[in-house]
Amino acid sequence: MEILVCVKRVPDTAENEIVVNSKGTDIERGDLVYSVNEWDNYAVEEAIQIRDKVGGSVTVVTVGDSDSEEILRREMAMGADKGILLSDNAFNGSDGKGIATILKAEIEKGKYDLILTGAQADDGAAQVGGMLAALLDIPYASLVNKIDILNDKTLKIGREIEGGNQEISEIDLPCVLSIQTGINEPRYVGIRGIRKVASVEIPVHGTKDIGIAAESVGSAGAKVKRVDYFVPPAGKGAELLEGSSDEIAEKLIELLKSKGGIK
Amino acid sequence: MTQQIFAYITHKNGTADDSALELIVAAKKINPGGASVTAIVCGSGPELDSVCTAMAGIYPEVWKISNPLLSYPNAEINRGVLVNVLPAGAVTLIPHDTFGMDLSPGLSIKQNVPFVSDVVGIDGIDGTSLKIIRQEFGGQVSTHVHCDISAGAVLNIRSGCFQPDNSKAAGTVVDKSGQAGDCKAKRRFVEVVAAEVGDVDITKSDVLVSVGRGIEDQENISIAQELADAIGAVVSCSRPIVDAKWLEKARQVGTSGKTVKPKVYIALGISGSFQHLGGIKGNPFMVAINKNPKAPIFQVADVGIVTNLLEFVPELTEKIKEMK
Repeated sequence: MEILVCVKRVPDTAENEIVVNSKGTDIERGDLVYSVNEWDNYAVEEAIQIRDKVGGSVTVVTVGDSDSEEILRREMAMGADKGILLSDNAFNGSDGKGIATILKAEIEKGKYDLILTGAQADDGAAQVGGMLAALLDIPYASLVNKIDILNDKTLKIGREIEGGNQEISEIDLPCVLSIQTGINEPRYVGIRGIRKVASVEIPVHGTKDIGIAAESVGSAGAKVKRVDYFVPPAGKGAELLEGSSDEIAEKLIELLKSKGGIK
Repeated sequence: MTQQIFAYITHKNGTADDSALELIVAAKKINPGGASVTAIVCGSGPELDSVCTAMAGIYPEVWKISNPLLSYPNAEINRGVLVNVLPAGAVTLIPHDTFGMDLSPGLSIKQNVPFVSDVVGIDGIDGTSLKIIRQEFGGQVSTHVHCDISAGAVLNIRSGCFQPDNSKAAGTVVDKSGQAGDCKAKRRFVEVVAAEVGDVDITKSDVLVSVGRGIEDQENISIAQELADAIGAVVSCSRPIVDAKWLEKARQVGTSGKTVKPKVYIALGISGSFQHLGGIKGNPFMVAINKNPKAPIFQVADVGIVTNLLEFVPELTEKIKEMK
């Protein structure tokens, strides 16, 4: 099975406190630690496991600048066979549809049976996978937390729905699936693994290589524009307990007692 | 604005989801001049009829689309239906739940209109540019997003962000089933597998000690368990703990886990994503302990402690034990 996984380089929210810059034009990016989007990492692991079971190859692709190459290498160190970097100044400022349009153009240059994305990334929009499938006119399922290969034309998949229930469906190939965290346990990537793929060539494709008009993507093509970042005026918020940890513990115990929190 | 606004009604067992009451409020924010808002209800049988009747009490017009193939929602089928029935320029509001996430991005492509996901607020309209509020980075920052809706739009609305307003109507139900199309799909629903039942039922406990990513290591779960034992509570958790397989799925609080209604909720190292908070009902007394002062959980908690929980919680547990 030929599998393509779409990944994104994002600020690692487990490692960073996200702060809006003084002008509200962006978040403070100076000291941010970046990594591969957590959901995408599960998608790559799933792709590798499927390939190891039924054969084929795994390609990882991203839309980004030259810094994004490091996450492609990381995912190749996990076991992906190939990486493709889609990079062009014309891609800057793309909205969800713009990213999906760029990915579609690259996908149509190859032949893929299965396309995976993470269920969502740093902006929480959870949109590119569904848009991509609609552009390619192939079926889509979001929030997938189980994939069984029935045959070379059909998958049996589980979607995570409300209440922790799982919705089981059959879906025809080719298709796009967005992967929910917890579907597997992504393997650890050591520094040695990354060294092994350090010199593998990663092709860089721009508008001309994939045959799309610059004005159809990027900020020129975007109908949805983020105009600023801000921190909403704080609500009532929590009453913060302060003092020595001894004092805080005593205050908290009193509060818990009064609210029925200690039996 | 001249376009029609539509609200997609999700429903189960003949009852509309609470989002039906919120979408009409969001619609009025888009067009305060008294929008004509039409509810769209897809389904089949008497359950569909009872939802349509209920919606006619809230929305001035209800479009009913009945087909046996719509009895269980399938985003691909329902998308085709919407593409067929919606007029050009329609602004369609859809709940941002697991069905809306499945449906809306593709719908916007097939209609060739912009899509904005997970809308938490609407800040007015400037000509044809709708000013929308969203959140990024798990709710740590907010953004204003401008979207040109002159050709229509698909907007996914987060639940709980638009307070229901007692909208009343003597609406009419219009049967649009004839325009639904063939209802074919390359994805076929098989069944729903119910969530596993764990050895502990977290929904039955009045006091929960809930752990999140800030617990850092599986071994540290014992810190939470010891506190829970000392105060007679049960340990629950947020999603990353289940993903890491440190606790079983049945312990997860959130929209994709269990909905709990405790009296006291102690959140240890939980950032407070809306998916997690969506699983906490009944307005419990909430204590948040987190080393990140910017964690969204501090916006909703009653009492907060900014500290390293791995050091503080064992001290707290010790004190409680001594006291007893």
